[in-house]
Amino acid sequence: MFLLIDWIFLIEKLVLIIVVVSASLVIAMYSTWAERKVAAIMQDRRGPNRAGPFGLLQPLADGGKLFFKEEIIPNLSTGFLFVLGPCLAMLTATMTSAVIPWGNTIHLFGRDIQLQVADVNVGILYVFGVLSLGVYGIMIGGWASNNKFSLMSAMRAASQIISYELAMGISLIALLMITGTLSLKSIVNFQMDGIWNIVKQPLGFLIFLICAFAECNRTPFDLAEAENELNFGYHQEYSSMKLGFYLFAEYINMFISSVIMATLFFGGYDIPFVNDAHLMEKIGGNWMAALHVGCLFIKVVCFLFFFMWVRWTIPRFRYDQLMNLGWKTLIPLALFNMLVTGAVVLLHQNHWHF
Amino acid sequence: MQALTNRAKQVDRKPMSFSERAYLPAILKGMAITFGHMFKKRPTVNYPEKTRPFSPVFRGLHILNRDEEGRENCTACGLCAVACPAEAITMEAAERKTGEENLYREEKYAAKYEINMLRCIFCGLCEEACPKDAIYLSETFAPANYQRKGFIYAKDDLLIPDPKTNPDEYAKAKGNRVKRENSK
Repeated sequence: MFLLIDWIFLIEKLVLIIVVVSASLVIAMYSTWAERKVAAIMQDRRGPNRAGPFGLLQPLADGGKLFFKEEIIPNLSTGFLFVLGPCLAMLTATMTSAVIPWGNTIHLFGRDIQLQVADVNVGILYVFGVLSLGVYGIMIGGWASNNKFSLMSAMRAASQIISYELAMGISLIALLMITGTLSLKSIVNFQMDGIWNIVKQPLGFLIFLICAFAECNRTPFDLAEAENELNFGYHQEYSSMKLGFYLFAEYINMFISSVIMATLFFGGYDIPFVNDAHLMEKIGGNWMAALHVGCLFIKVVCFLFFFMWVRWTIPRFRYDQLMNLGWKTLIPLALFNMLVTGAVVLLHQNHWHF
Repeated sequence: MQALTNRAKQVDRKPMSFSERAYLPAILKGMAITFGHMFKKRPTVNYPEKTRPFSPVFRGLHILNRDEEGRENCTACGLCAVACPAEAITMEAAERKTGEENLYREEKYAAKYEINMLRCIFCGLCEEACPKDAIYLSETFAPANYQRKGFIYAKDDLLIPDPKTNPDEYAKAKGNRVKRENSK
């Protein structure tokens, strides 16, 4: 029976999973460095420059500090849930990377290897499913801390994420109506043949972008961490690496949502203005795949920079403003966008070309 | 009501236009501003490697000066204490004995000289009052301390290092300020 299992296939996927997860961890690590550097530059400061050249070893130092700090579990907290919170946050953050296509196939040791952990045909639904689980990490953490400020902050985070997920989903439906598929790989292929989705769906992208900020709990929507009103938020009772996990999960989320935005709207690993088939003949499939991955990463870095850029520009929203924006502006706009897109797609299908 | 200056501005109470209510133009403007800061020269000084030069009128901690042979200039005349508006300086005079000519320049010297740094306002009047070039305000900050008595600086804290035995430290303590005063 077990002879039927394709062992090499399993190993191949395992290696891919390890590479993807460690890559997202390293990128999250260096996002913290980049965040501080970008903040410093935008505020005319210098940022971390003590550890290593340009402060490049700063994330290691931060990590070391978080690991060696005293771990405090409050007496009246719910022990198991208190530990589960950050684990869940971290788990859901890393799980999303499974369905993302990082590049086309490469040819190694006589095998064609897909640069994607799982080409699920409901890929985008999987992403949404896991993303909405992410709120449990925050919610459980806030609840188990047995601190009313943490709980209130967790409530805020939960209602914020749920509210914005609606607008995000609706704005995505418009995109899915154009591409006609839920698989992320097919969406990328669709954009490789035609033009990028950002051209067809600028409003949808804007809504998606704003919602992505809210989903990641990033400024200007980081109301779950309002220091001045909730004296820190859902991770107030956390210390050492458990706090580190929460903060880390935020950066991984940021990375993953950058990848997803690049994949959905900016052609994924597509290299712009280049005839891929022509280039492929010249340099071979493996180098082409490497170029693809590099191209995706350039797009992702641009998005990460954008996340930081926005953080150091726009001040935090007030909670009622946040809710107003989500429910009264973004959802109607997304519905409108969906309606218009639907009408256009329908006209196209009825051979009413214009 | 008549405005007192021509700088008064009427508050704009017009309802916001559509582009203002949409926030996005304002956000884009703000982002352009922050992006512009990436290309600006940073005023930050890379501190431990580079220090910010003091202004020529900077007045820091006091120093009791010595002459070139390492003798104390101060003759305990008390003019600095009189000039001090915060009454931070106290001193006790003593007479120079034979054999102490290498320590003190003139017959009278300060056996005890104390400045209470909690009272001192670093006005520099002591420096101006001194007829013997004995007290200077250097280019050092007053350091922090845990106890109030730590702020009462006695002669060991104030005296400049000996120029003969310790010329480097002497030059450092003397700083640029004294040179400027001497050239005046």
